[in-house]
Amino acid sequence: MGALEDFFLTYQSAIAFIGIDALLALSVYATLSCGQLSLANAGFMAIGAYTAALLTLHTRLPFAVTLIAGALAPAVIAVPLGLPVLRLRGVFLAIATIGFGEVVRLGLVNWDYTNGALGLVSIPQRARLWTIYLVLAIALYFFSRLRGSRMGYALEAIREDEAAARTMGIDTTAAKLSMFVLGAALAGLAGGLEAHFTFMVAPAGYDFSRAVDMLVYAVVGGATSYLGPPVGAAFLTLLPEVLRAIGSTVGLTPGPLRLFVSGAILLAVVLFLPNGIISFSARFGALTTRRERS
Amino acid sequence: MLLALDAVQRAFGGVRAVDGASFMVGQGEIHGLIGPNGAGKTTLLNLVSGFLRPTSGSIKLADRRIDALPPHKIAVLGIGRTYQNIRLFPALAAMENVLVGEHLVRDAPLWKRLLLMRAARAEERSARAKALALLERVGLLARAGTPARDLSYGEQRRVEIARALASDPRVLLLDEPTAGMNASEVTSIANLIRQVAKEGHSVLLVEHNVQLVMDICHRITVLNFGKVIADGEPAAIAKDPAVIAAYLGSEP
Amino acid sequence: MGQQVINGFFLGSIYALFAVGYTLVFGVLDILNLAHQAVFMLGAFCALALVGGLHLSFALALPLAVLFSGAMGILLDRIAFRPLRGRAHSNMSGLISSIAAATIFEAIALQIFGPDVSRFPFGSFPDRQFRVAGAVVSTIQLTIVAVSVVLMALLTYLLKKTRLGRQIRAVAESPRAARILGINVDRVIAASFFISSALGGAAGVLFALAFNNLSPDMGRSVELKGLAVIILGGMGSVTGAVTAGFAIGLIEVFTVAYLGSSYRDAVSFAVLFLVLLVWPRGLFGRVALREA
Repeated sequence: MGALEDFFLTYQSAIAFIGIDALLALSVYATLSCGQLSLANAGFMAIGAYTAALLTLHTRLPFAVTLIAGALAPAVIAVPLGLPVLRLRGVFLAIATIGFGEVVRLGLVNWDYTNGALGLVSIPQRARLWTIYLVLAIALYFFSRLRGSRMGYALEAIREDEAAARTMGIDTTAAKLSMFVLGAALAGLAGGLEAHFTFMVAPAGYDFSRAVDMLVYAVVGGATSYLGPPVGAAFLTLLPEVLRAIGSTVGLTPGPLRLFVSGAILLAVVLFLPNGIISFSARFGALTTRRERS
Repeated sequence: MLLALDAVQRAFGGVRAVDGASFMVGQGEIHGLIGPNGAGKTTLLNLVSGFLRPTSGSIKLADRRIDALPPHKIAVLGIGRTYQNIRLFPALAAMENVLVGEHLVRDAPLWKRLLLMRAARAEERSARAKALALLERVGLLARAGTPARDLSYGEQRRVEIARALASDPRVLLLDEPTAGMNASEVTSIANLIRQVAKEGHSVLLVEHNVQLVMDICHRITVLNFGKVIADGEPAAIAKDPAVIAAYLGSEP
Repeated sequence: MGQQVINGFFLGSIYALFAVGYTLVFGVLDILNLAHQAVFMLGAFCALALVGGLHLSFALALPLAVLFSGAMGILLDRIAFRPLRGRAHSNMSGLISSIAAATIFEAIALQIFGPDVSRFPFGSFPDRQFRVAGAVVSTIQLTIVAVSVVLMALLTYLLKKTRLGRQIRAVAESPRAARILGINVDRVIAASFFISSALGGAAGVLFALAFNNLSPDMGRSVELKGLAVIILGGMGSVTGAVTAGFAIGLIEVFTVAYLGSSYRDAVSFAVLFLVLLVWPRGLFGRVALREA
């Protein structure tokens, strides 16, 4: 029994991070599903994490409340940000969202109230494994119900051909904005959960490479279905652990190897498996990314 | 008159793609729009459906000005369309494309689906049934589950028409719906258009197949270099010297 | 004040040189190449290896490093961009592909040089300072500005007066039309990558010379600032990249002087946002930016 407990404790944090990363990947998927490439979610995650952390540290509000506040704060900010920014074409939207992420990070680095670059520490660990996975389960349920719904089809139409979608009466601005806000809320939730699991928040944890990581989870897992991003997150979060084991036997330092392998996997996926890991199983007819046949 | 264009003009830089076009389409009328290549026909459809805004002039639907409205609001008011270079959603199946077309006529709030309410499932079933019925109408029930990009050219055109009909539009804009079709396909499309008009929809039909246009249209407008050079019933149009001059040798 | 102008000009020349390569690839391929900063970094490390390891003079190391970077650019095109040509949504997958390539390049540099800061050996470059009209200027600064300006002038000449330049501009305008005109589009794109990466690598060498602080992730912050430059200048416009590069260099230096260093980076992003929201085309851009 002791050995099992030890095993669990060792890997508990890995499992927790998989859950958090899965939420982050879903937050990116929200906008990818309607064809928008947004790299703003690290910024939204930071806003959520700091909001929840500050509320926990300075008030007596229960965790559920601070967590929800951590989801609402970025969601609210996403509206005035999204309205002008979502009108920009592809690459320009990506760049604007990158800019947003940097502005948030720089703002936090320079904000004395939150200790600038050092961030906040000693956040009580209120997030348990089950909390993280409960939130993830709810998010997955939502996406599963979204697919195949009128709104779900509208989003797919926007992704395929936004102008044509408009002539079908779809208010593409409203739809894209909704997904942008949803992504922000999910990222905020992930941020709040992570803050209350790792005891700390610091601006460096929400930089551009974090935003890129989330995108990579979604793309590697497969961005044509809501099941892809969590698979990608699990795969890429477990990868360093596996590589560490391999690397030490081969004699390569872990850092560069992990980086190299993640880059190589991403390249391979983009070139050869553009619909991600889950499209593998589609070939065997198990899970399909297309809906029920009529 | 359901759809009325009044002195519509659209310029790109110095070029007037559409130059003072005026004509009207009545309820249940099949109205043809013909003219040589580059005459401005597709530009005109883009103006009506809201992709472009006229540089001057007005477009009215049931006496309400629509030329300043965004495309999705124009769709809400009852205009549906197909495209010259086919704009189906490639990754979606034929039936799903038509389902998207039903967007405006579905009553499907997301929260009902989230709560797994029976009403939601019933609504979905009827939406799918309607999509299948529309596909059957264009003779493509067997291809309902095929991704749009895997359909043949003619099949894609027909799915597009089904999709445009799905929202029950008051005015249906068809941009060269029979391009690339053989004679029997053209005939079935012609019959479909006649039926659609009889049900009360108006049709604005852009076509290169002049014979088809002469056969089924109630009235025809002829464009050349963005200007209306003739407007009237098929018999009159066929005899109009300006039309003949414009068309000499340009029939496919 | 004159000092600020000089510092801003010098910083701006590096930004401009970096941005020019960035914007060139965007103009030709309509793809944001996020591996550009990795080539920037590789160019710097190549120079370091040549000067520090092989004891070559700087005058020799610079052109070699530039050629090396250009070669990296061609490699980048072959493995990360060419296979994607013709696919739908190719600019999004191109972006992600470039991220992958950047990661791979960074990993290789990390393995060879380690994560810590590397520096040129002492005395690799004569660093004398002298006064010009009340301001202090160093030989390093002069060299950097001179090299940048020369390279940018060469590029402008190439684009405007040579056949390759005309072909590049044709492909940037419309690859399909260019192909119909008989232009070998793939070869032109490869050439564009060579040029873009050569300039990016040169910027890296100059940056390393200026700050003597090399690390595998040195390209990250320049990349983000580079985004502000190409947006301000107008995507796809070389003139724009040059102008905006100097502009942002000057803005940055003046911001630090008058508002404090904590605002230094924020100002570039403020500019980025302002331009995107108010005048997305930037100073010299001609590309359509809004959805249909």
